[in-house]
Amino acid sequence: MKHWYMLTLVGKDRSGIVAHISAALFDGGCNLGEASMMRLGGNFSIMMMVEFDGTSHALQQMVAPVAESMGLHLHLDRIAAQLHQHLEPDLRITVYGADKAGIVARITGALAEAGLHILEMETSVAGSVEQPIYIMQIEGHAAEGLAALQSALDVVAQKGVEAHLEAIDTMIG
Amino acid sequence: MAILEILTYPDERLKQLAEPVTVFDQALHSFLRDLEETMRAGPGGVGIAAPQVGRFQRIALVDCSVTRKPVPNHGLLVLINPEISEWEGMTVGREGCMSVPDYTGNVIRAERIRLQAFDADGVQHEYQCEGFEARALQHECDHLDGMLFLDRLVSRRNDLFRRKVYQK
Repeated sequence: MKHWYMLTLVGKDRSGIVAHISAALFDGGCNLGEASMMRLGGNFSIMMMVEFDGTSHALQQMVAPVAESMGLHLHLDRIAAQLHQHLEPDLRITVYGADKAGIVARITGALAEAGLHILEMETSVAGSVEQPIYIMQIEGHAAEGLAALQSALDVVAQKGVEAHLEAIDTMIG
Repeated sequence: MAILEILTYPDERLKQLAEPVTVFDQALHSFLRDLEETMRAGPGGVGIAAPQVGRFQRIALVDCSVTRKPVPNHGLLVLINPEISEWEGMTVGREGCMSVPDYTGNVIRAERIRLQAFDADGVQHEYQCEGFEARALQHECDHLDGMLFLDRLVSRRNDLFRRKVYQK
């Protein structure tokens, strides 16, 4: 019986990690679903859906040596998952400004109350050590319409923080 | 009238070059009616190209008069042997395709185009289109050359934001 697992790997970044891991999984009879890899603060991180005909323990045994050989921490969860279940975003929000504690909490809190379902979020700290800037990009779905979110954004976007909301009008052809 | 079956990738036929139309007859009119019905049956579809229903001729329809948010449009456009002659500006936007279910992606298209095409009776017309409608036309013309929006994907992450910043 095949099951989906969520495999998370974190560690110091170097080239070839994805190739090594995916080869080991393929050789072990696994099938990959959706995956997202990001380099965060110089760290390699990946979460991948892995379909495997066996127990969590067996999968752990298979992946652990490979992860260890590349200095990666491994975390495995058995998950209830299905493919072909994408939710389409209908809006994009970008926020940037001088890096200050609490930006994310304040903005996402207000947006959640106004009906935002975040589907993808990526944030980055750029600029320089002396003058860091914070950049956040969100794609999501507006359960209560864009106007409610725009109003919420207008309230929370304080001086020095630029917040911009735009509709994603997907062209289906 | 009939709703035609939509080919979906990885059907290799979607990657083939479509042939120009040479005969403007009743059979063509009949096909166009079926093609339109098929386009309107697809959820949210604003365009369709003949190769998507397994007819490998340079025929496409676009109708951006029915979008959720109104956009500049020419109503129903019947495009036979369409040729884009001018491209201007660049813009990133989200596209999906009836032939690629369950996926959407960002694609760069010209903001404004000039296009010549024949109608169902073989009369040539010229159109100037912009924005969403221009995007739909470019997407459909790609189908006639065996191209899918998957061939033109750009990063979901950065392009839009950068453009927005520079515009301010």
